[in-house]
Amino acid sequence: MALLEVRDLTIRYRTTAGEIRAVDAASLDVDAGEAVGLAGESGCGKTTTALAIPGLLPVNAQVVSGSIRLDGRELLGRSEAEMEKIRWREVSVVFQGAMNALNPVRRVDEQIAEPIRLLEPETTSKAARARVDELMERVGIPAARGREYPHEFSGGMRQRVMIAMALACRPKLIIADEPVTALDVMVQAQILRLLKDLRAQLGLAMILISHDLSVIAETCDRAVVMYAGRTAESGDVRAIFRSPAHPYTQALIRAFPNVRRERTFVSGIPGYPPDLMAPLVGCPFADRCIVRIDRCRAETPALRPVGPAHDVACHLVGEAAS
Amino acid sequence: MTAVTYGATGRLGRVGASFRTNWALLWADRLGRVGVILLVIVFLAALLGPLLFPFDPKAVGRSATDLLQPPSATAWLGTDEMGRQVIWETIAGARTSLTVGLVATAISMVVGTFIGLTAGYSRGTMGEGLMRVTDFFLVIPTLPLTIVLAALIGQSLGVIILVIGLTSWPATARIVRSQVLSLRERQFIVRIQSLGATDLRTVGIHILPNILPLVFANTVLVIAGSILAEATLAFLGLGDPVNVSWGTMLHFAFQSGAAGRGAWWYIIPPGVGIVVTVLGFVLVGHALDRILNPRLRNR
Repeated sequence: MALLEVRDLTIRYRTTAGEIRAVDAASLDVDAGEAVGLAGESGCGKTTTALAIPGLLPVNAQVVSGSIRLDGRELLGRSEAEMEKIRWREVSVVFQGAMNALNPVRRVDEQIAEPIRLLEPETTSKAARARVDELMERVGIPAARGREYPHEFSGGMRQRVMIAMALACRPKLIIADEPVTALDVMVQAQILRLLKDLRAQLGLAMILISHDLSVIAETCDRAVVMYAGRTAESGDVRAIFRSPAHPYTQALIRAFPNVRRERTFVSGIPGYPPDLMAPLVGCPFADRCIVRIDRCRAETPALRPVGPAHDVACHLVGEAAS
Repeated sequence: MTAVTYGATGRLGRVGASFRTNWALLWADRLGRVGVILLVIVFLAALLGPLLFPFDPKAVGRSATDLLQPPSATAWLGTDEMGRQVIWETIAGARTSLTVGLVATAISMVVGTFIGLTAGYSRGTMGEGLMRVTDFFLVIPTLPLTIVLAALIGQSLGVIILVIGLTSWPATARIVRSQVLSLRERQFIVRIQSLGATDLRTVGIHILPNILPLVFANTVLVIAGSILAEATLAFLGLGDPVNVSWGTMLHFAFQSGAAGRGAWWYIIPPGVGIVVTVLGFVLVGHALDRILNPRLRNR
């Protein structure tokens, strides 16, 4: 049984302009110790899907249907008090460290200790301090620097602090939302290395959200590509990168430079994602798809297997396979 | 070094260091330095003046030749209409003006910060309700309120302090609220709330320390306003007749017709006292604003 099973999750945002279909029947599985990458462009619902798991959605979000099971227990519909027991201790979030994630006027070690203080009040302050020192060593920050304030840390160090904080209550699953965005490439590589090492040492499962496919290729076992709130393709990272089946995934991979490929221009995907307020008719990618057929306008494709642990939502792929 | 002192000295050391840095920046600011010097003079006069040169309001002149006399070797700044020396009266006035300014500001800051924090942090009816209360106090006319209160309770320093404090907090509340509204949406506050932290903890440990610099800079400017308000009320005869202040001095100078009789020495010293004190606070306040507000800090 998978550690986390998200099934047909549908989430809407209520806004003054109307309802936005942010996530539409998205599914996601994460096994214990596995790293799953959530990819897709801005507004495709990847962050909304991930934040629904620990119940950290904004107040105007509404989970319409679906289920989120962690270790077989349903998480949707639980009260805030019940979620507080699960959040941080079983599922924790690595917040993006670059902006506003740390309180500028509190010492770094106090902020790392805060989850321990609040969620495990029985911990003595001596034990908590020892644990903070251990966490900081683990993410590569000298324990002495805990006495400093966030502005004295570089962007990479702040991101390490956010990782240490996410690990404070020994979770089984961590959700990293764009953990290396806004960091330079060298620091990105260090942070990704750190996440990989931590997973190996602690047996952590991880959901990594990124718009950068190369980050996911480097760090994750499996990848889920989302488009307009729906799962376009999911499968083993190697399968997705070597033989992408969905036209959107193919276009997305072409949109990034690749050192091993011939020197070609990086090609963007013309057009815009569909209006998420309008009702969905047909395939959401149809307007921008280069291999569109008539059926794509009429019928929304369902997720179908095209190989071992490789699912695609595209009419054409299904036709070709059968 | 034991673990306990490590935490304690670390924190105090930081606060001390940041205080020293801010002080150095204030002293380096040319206008800020002028303000500091003016305030040092006024505070010394208020603290030491009454000890060194005790002013006795009952030490009135013995003959008509003592009244409203121009400056001379014995009375350096002349005498008032009752034959008292203006110089000692002016020094005594510093203490009253500063007392009113500081205590009224303290009331205003505590009330304003508390209301601003609560209104900014609590969404919905509570926050809206508090802001309507703030608006109500914002539009209360100070002068008629003082006249009514003075008539009801009697003229005393306490009433003046209370009235100024009660009418000056809404501005602070609005400034604090706007800052809290912005802080509340920052990610570290969302993170703290996801931990199930109580509102008291979130506000007290995470929000309040972030707005304190703003409150301090604002405090200094409110003190200046309070001193001016006291002078205004006292000049109109609503002051405490027992405690001499610069405002009451101007009131009695006006009443005794000092201006018409050319007794400039009775009018200028309290006026200069007010100007020097208010200018000192305003200069320091604006300098602190420049230092504590990174967007105005041109370095």
